[in-house]
Amino acid sequence: MDNILKKEIGIEKEIDDFLNQFSEAGLLFKSGIDIYLSGKKDRFQRTIDEITQMEHKGDALRRSIEEKLYRKTLIPESRGDVLDLLESLDALIDRFKGTLYRFDIECIEIDPKFHDDFKELVRNVVNASEALAQSSRCFFKDISCIANYMHKVSFWETECDKISTMLQKRIFRDTGLRLSQKMQLRDLVRQVDKIADRAEDVSDDLSIFVIKRSL
Amino acid sequence: MFAFFLSSGLFLGWSLGANDASNVFGTAVGAKMIKFRTAAIYCSIFIILGAVISGAGASNTLEKLGSINAPGGAFVVAFAAALSVYLMTLARFPVSTSQAIVGAIIGWNFFSGALTDVDSLTKIVLTWILCPVLSALFAIFFYKLIVFIIQSFKIHMFRLDRYTRNGLLLAGIFGSYSLGANNIANVMGVFIPVSPFSDISVFGLFNLSAAQQLFCFGGVAIAVGVLTYSKRVMATVGSGIMDLSPVAALVAVWSHSIVLFLFSSQGLEAFLRSHGLPSIPLVPVSSSQAIVGAVIGMGLLKGGKSINWHIVGGISSGWIITPVIAALISFVSLFFMQNVFMQETYRPVSYQMTKEVALRIDKTGFSSKSLETIMDKKFESAMKMKKALSGQIPLTPKILDIVLSASRINEMEITMDKINSMDSDWISEEHKKAIEKLIGQKFMHKWQFAEALGNSSFTWQFREGDKNFNENLSRKFLYVYGLFEK
Repeated sequence: MDNILKKEIGIEKEIDDFLNQFSEAGLLFKSGIDIYLSGKKDRFQRTIDEITQMEHKGDALRRSIEEKLYRKTLIPESRGDVLDLLESLDALIDRFKGTLYRFDIECIEIDPKFHDDFKELVRNVVNASEALAQSSRCFFKDISCIANYMHKVSFWETECDKISTMLQKRIFRDTGLRLSQKMQLRDLVRQVDKIADRAEDVSDDLSIFVIKRSL
Repeated sequence: MFAFFLSSGLFLGWSLGANDASNVFGTAVGAKMIKFRTAAIYCSIFIILGAVISGAGASNTLEKLGSINAPGGAFVVAFAAALSVYLMTLARFPVSTSQAIVGAIIGWNFFSGALTDVDSLTKIVLTWILCPVLSALFAIFFYKLIVFIIQSFKIHMFRLDRYTRNGLLLAGIFGSYSLGANNIANVMGVFIPVSPFSDISVFGLFNLSAAQQLFCFGGVAIAVGVLTYSKRVMATVGSGIMDLSPVAALVAVWSHSIVLFLFSSQGLEAFLRSHGLPSIPLVPVSSSQAIVGAVIGMGLLKGGKSINWHIVGGISSGWIITPVIAALISFVSLFFMQNVFMQETYRPVSYQMTKEVALRIDKTGFSSKSLETIMDKKFESAMKMKKALSGQIPLTPKILDIVLSASRINEMEITMDKINSMDSDWISEEHKKAIEKLIGQKFMHKWQFAEALGNSSFTWQFREGDKNFNENLSRKFLYVYGLFEK
């Protein structure tokens, strides 16, 4: 009995750790973009290393949780939903990492006049992911307060859409950039904005899981 | 021969185990919250314990409804109940062994000319309605309580999962005990009056009454049903009811178990009675209806949209269809058993109004003057006597019971060889000596013998307020009646 209880406290801790990883990945992503825009290459490389480690750790935690859920047949009625949620959050960590890698691989040049908009977009994306992290914590701990966070995910996603559209317009109306540069920047903006879109999708799935779990 | 006759009761027990265990553990096993093996083992053990320890309460009511006095009759009654359960299951009607056995007993009453005790029947039928209603009320209360606790204490999903698992196991254990205590009467109740067993002392530690020995057999039969056949039913019921969340399932099983326990607990009945509260009738109820009642209760709490009223209609029709079918099967089978297989299905019981009987009736406060027209007339069955009485006196169930129990003929002769054959572990020396004083005497009625014994020794007198002693003495009386009856 004690053993089983310990294991469960173990899995609760692992889920908390995983959500911490997800939350921190967002913060690291934001700080990485700020560093990149300020031109500090060395620090940016360190951030990429950190987020890569974080992604590995997240993967390991997800696998461990998955294995425990199935081996111990825990929460049979919500097991599928929990695994879906964890995989979606893991995929978002991947997206944070992938976007930073894109900056590193493509050595994208961003004109300083776009920096503020870029930072604003990234801030809102991280806000959306943070609201999703809070919703997910509520899903596990206190389902009644989940509504306090879920609507925020949608709010930040809409903000991201607005900024992304405005930023893309500004990019394409800029006469000083080549078309290839414009297209590269557009893809980047879309990739960042996509993170908020995915966060909203996960939040929508979560709202269904909540209905299924509601007492 | 008794072992053969008992087989139909064991079959009924087996089918009860196979079907009703799913009400107790079905949701938990179907939802993979508890392994089938764990559920089956706990269920079997606690059904047997419930049957042996607390089975007596509900069986007394069933015995009052119709006291079957021949093993052949008991065989047919249990067989008719088992067959109607099987047929109703085939027809996909929600079925209850309680309703089947009551119908089968009434069939026997009709066949043998015995009267159906209207009081007991009313009590039983009212309980069938009360059982799902009570279960629904309990479910609503517990559901609200649990939701309040979960929301107030912000219990983590995994902790809640563990608590629910433990809760389901505990509720299942309690449910199994209650199922054994409440429903063993369905399985073995009809065999109690014809049982050849006598009370035995187990290593001098405790006494196992004849009924408890029967209940033990019945409990084992139910347990075998659980172990051998309930897996499939559990999986079906589990997935059928699993629209419920595990917490709701826990509430359903818990409410069902409490209701079954309420209708079988002699301790609770005594407690309520001693505090001047209305006591709960001890009646075998249907565990399926208790669980469905609980589910409906929770459905109503959520607005009632999710309730399948078709099932509710099916259950209500089951209240009428099951006992009617069982009564018909019982009646027809008794006819065949008696006329084709030449087996005794009942011992004819005659009734006669004599001066002694009239005096006995007068003692109860009811004047026997109006009964003079039937003085010294002998009636072959209770039904015939009732017919003769119907023009003479206002026939309330109470008056009828007084007249019938006083005029019922049970010829008895006290002989030395029968006294010598008595179980000396069970009947003490003092009790025996009191009987020896009556050697050579003959009695027409049980009450005459009881009076004579009471006059012969105070050990054969009931004590006011001492329930345990009186229950024990009643069993001793039953034993000596059976022994000396011609």
